[in-house]
Amino acid sequence: MPDSKQTLEEILNLAAAQFKVPREKLTPDDDFFKTLGIDSLQALDLLTRLEHHFNVELPDYELQGVSDFRTLAGRIQARL
Amino acid sequence: MNQFKGQALSWELKNGVIELALNREPCNEIGSSTLAELEKFASALKELENNAHALILYSTLKSGFCAGADLRELYRGAQGMEKQSAARGVREFLERIHRVMNAIDGSPLTTIAAVNGVTFGGGFELALVCDLIIADKMARFCFPELRLGLIPGFGGVPRLKRDLGNAVVRDLLLTGRSFNATKAQQVGLVSQVVGEGESLKAARGAAAQLGKFDRRTAAAAKKFIKPIPYEELRQEIDIFCELFAQPAVEAGLKKFVESKDAQPYLP
Repeated sequence: MPDSKQTLEEILNLAAAQFKVPREKLTPDDDFFKTLGIDSLQALDLLTRLEHHFNVELPDYELQGVSDFRTLAGRIQARL
Repeated sequence: MNQFKGQALSWELKNGVIELALNREPCNEIGSSTLAELEKFASALKELENNAHALILYSTLKSGFCAGADLRELYRGAQGMEKQSAARGVREFLERIHRVMNAIDGSPLTTIAAVNGVTFGGGFELALVCDLIIADKMARFCFPELRLGLIPGFGGVPRLKRDLGNAVVRDLLLTGRSFNATKAQQVGLVSQVVGEGESLKAARGAAAQLGKFDRRTAAAAKKFIKPIPYEELRQEIDIFCELFAQPAVEAGLKKFVESKDAQPYLP
């Protein structure tokens, strides 16, 4: 099982690759909606990719109000 | 009419398979234009059935299969109308969409929804009329209606109840959370999960297989195993219309339409 640092790193890598943003431009406390320039449909796409990548189920309501990578990583870590 | 190309959808009959493609940006929201073309399809279906063994529903849009009812049109349409007129309009819309859904549900053809991405609300309900759901691994299913103070209105709950255990239905309906394709397959909703962008191809493969069977036998099997829950569908329209008259709905729709939130699709 990855530790929280690894989880965060994997999320950042996945987001950078999926939305074609240079990895070095992403930091843990970024607002991913702004940094990735994504809308709600793309956010759902990201959620699905994260569920598949980490093999977890993330109920949408647990992510309500979550907009930075670090908090997102915490939510995922809690389900690993 | 073996072929049709409209504003919101198109269809084509080829080699015994009807392919109905949804194609209305941003995510095939079902408003009056889509409904009118779906009705056109439902009218043509009887004749198409004579030369077909399968029907595939799919989306040409990467964003998803269908994000459900066009809430912006619903909200704007209800603005400036007397409450009673708005309620009548909603009931009429529901009666019309139910007729379309029932026509597809009851078709003797074997029907396949090839879904991808957002399959929410009315879009989920459209997939549920089909005999098989083949999902791209990026598909997500959700009934977000409770957030608006409503229940699904296009026949979703009676059809979901027909297919799945009540606990799963309650989870989807009462929490408004979304499931990915893998979860949907685990609970028995989806028959196949395929790679990204592969659902139509897989549906075509299934349709080719169905073509090997005697049509009358396949139609009899379907009729036996998949009754249409007419009584519950009728109740659903009544409950929806009753809820639609509540102030919470107008507030919920207003919030959705005017939202600057980056996550309006999340319940």
